[in-house]
Amino acid sequence: MAARITRAAFLLFPKGRITQMFDYTFQWKQALNRLPQMLDGAMVTMEIAILSMGLGILLAILLTVMRLSGSRPLMAFATTWVEIARNTPALFQIYMAHFGVASFGIHFSPFVSLLIGITFNNAGYLTENFRGALKAIPDTQGRAGRSLGLTQLQAFRHIIMPQMLRISFLPMTNQMVWAILMTSLGVTVGMNSDLYGVTQDLNALTFRTFELFALAGVIFYLITKAITFGGRLIAARLFRY
Amino acid sequence: MFDTALSANDLVFLAKGAGITILVTAISVVIGTLLGILFGVIRVQLGPVLAAPLTFFLDIFRSVPLLIQLVLGNAFVGMVLQLQISGFTVACIVLSLYTSAYCAEIVRGGIDAVPEITRRAARSLGLTWGQDMRYIVLPLATRVALPSWIGLALGVMKDSALVYVVQVTELLKSTQILITRLQEPLFLLLICGAFYFIISFPLARFGGYLEKRWSND
Amino acid sequence: MIEIQNVRKSFGDLEVLKGIDLTVQRGEVVTVIGGSGSGKSTLLTCINGLEPIDSGRITIDGTEVHAKSTNLNKLRRKVGIVFQQWNAFPHLTVMENVTLAPRKVLGMAKAEAEAIAEKQLRHVGLGDKLTTYPSRLSGGQQQRMAIARALAMSPDYMLFDEVTSALDPQLVGEVLETLKMLAEEGMTMICVTHEMGFARDVSKRVAFFHQGIMAEIGAPDQLFGDPQHPETQKFLANVR
Repeated sequence: MAARITRAAFLLFPKGRITQMFDYTFQWKQALNRLPQMLDGAMVTMEIAILSMGLGILLAILLTVMRLSGSRPLMAFATTWVEIARNTPALFQIYMAHFGVASFGIHFSPFVSLLIGITFNNAGYLTENFRGALKAIPDTQGRAGRSLGLTQLQAFRHIIMPQMLRISFLPMTNQMVWAILMTSLGVTVGMNSDLYGVTQDLNALTFRTFELFALAGVIFYLITKAITFGGRLIAARLFRY
Repeated sequence: MFDTALSANDLVFLAKGAGITILVTAISVVIGTLLGILFGVIRVQLGPVLAAPLTFFLDIFRSVPLLIQLVLGNAFVGMVLQLQISGFTVACIVLSLYTSAYCAEIVRGGIDAVPEITRRAARSLGLTWGQDMRYIVLPLATRVALPSWIGLALGVMKDSALVYVVQVTELLKSTQILITRLQEPLFLLLICGAFYFIISFPLARFGGYLEKRWSND
Repeated sequence: MIEIQNVRKSFGDLEVLKGIDLTVQRGEVVTVIGGSGSGKSTLLTCINGLEPIDSGRITIDGTEVHAKSTNLNKLRRKVGIVFQQWNAFPHLTVMENVTLAPRKVLGMAKAEAEAIAEKQLRHVGLGDKLTTYPSRLSGGQQQRMAIARALAMSPDYMLFDEVTSALDPQLVGEVLETLKMLAEEGMTMICVTHEMGFARDVSKRVAFFHQGIMAEIGAPDQLFGDPQHPETQKFLANVR
């Protein structure tokens, strides 16, 4: 016990070089040498996140239209999607897209399974965001469009939807951050080309677990900050009206 | 409908996994909430500049995948500190900090939602800082924060599926073990998903109801 | 010609229109006055087909508005409506607000729609605001934009639903001037309004609504000068 306490105290007040902590020697150089591979992984991570967001937004718009359609089967379909996406773990959704569909003889690659899982999740959460945004748009907007002779779909497409997308812009950037974080779950279905997967493989080679994953964490952190910051910049332009 | 090889023993195994999921969630939400309230109040009291280091520290938990936090926590405790701490404990520590980071945001948002003028009115009546907090800020902030907090607690339950990475066999991991053995992925996953859904859905609805009711006042 | 025959309309238990009969000829300006809840605004939204009716019928140039076979989107091109809340589309510029319906409903080319929009916007005095977003306009300007937006569809009839009620008092005049101008140009108009001076100056006939019934209708001089119905007398005594 005493030894543990001194060790902890030493951690808090290191006298020597920061790279040396009793029995463990940090070898940051080993991790940094792998940076190019990890950055390649980061590109794959961004690719999945961007694809899943693009598809997720399209699906969420479709689900929103279904919710507004007044048709019971369509509304039930949309609601079921949204509730499953929001009330089960993202990892479960990815498992379903990989192992679950295998029961039907469908075998997706890890990339596709991960993309489907995250897209499913994105679409569910975004649809809910859109619902909140719609509440902020007065009913009279649609009515005004209808009174000019626009059809219901035209009024949605040209009057409601643009406002809905702008109001939900910041929640969308949050969802984009989630999409980035969720890519790390791909490793569970055998994904090894994304940032987390690459890091895991490197770890199996070098066993510099702490350094490698800390570096991966820093890259993830920088990506998410870039998204949040970029999102604010774009929002400032979009919300000029 | 399903012709299954699932035995009673397997169901017990799944139930144990579900128990671990709930236990990890409960511990992390309780500790995380207490820490979160503390961090949230500190952030409001210090103001944005003085609280910047704390804000930065908490922000890390919201900007790095939980999986990496768990791996790092485990590696730090095991490889760097070389402590013999169970994966379960590591999972609870990491998830608690993770929860506290989100909770601090919710608490801060709740306090910020109480108009300064209301607080000034309270203080002008002679209420102390503590009384103002206790009788004015807390009840009003709770209304704003509680629905989000329910969402957070449910989020932590869902995210607890990731603690498998520190060798904690929670529900989803148990399911996966059975899938490997029984080769019935869809059936087993549906059981597992239903468990999460049955807990999460009603509570999420309740949160939505509270939000709706309170926002109408 | 707009013909309204024995129209009834309820919202739940509340009957807001209790058998309305009214015929408006082309080129005529009819104003509708009355207390709040008298059903006058509901009538306008029924004429436009935005609200269904319970019984009776409304025909516009012989087309029954609420018949199943009627293409409302097509019919609405004939009948412009401007609401109390001007409902500017906040994400579109003034020009885009006005060109949206001509382009999407009438299928006009962009250039053609913009030429029409510019003409209408100049007409209502907003020729210098084409690229502005509505949030930068005053309420009176937004309401005039809404009028231009409806006019850009070249409607045969215009319905105005208390278009000055939500405006600051000093902005009412500019909108009323626009309406007067339209009336002088021969536009067929039904105006629900609280502006008695406007009703007196502009309309050919004034109708007084009371609790879902058209209590009285007549030329402005007659209705304001010598009201017959006791409720009309009461109402006019109060607004003066």
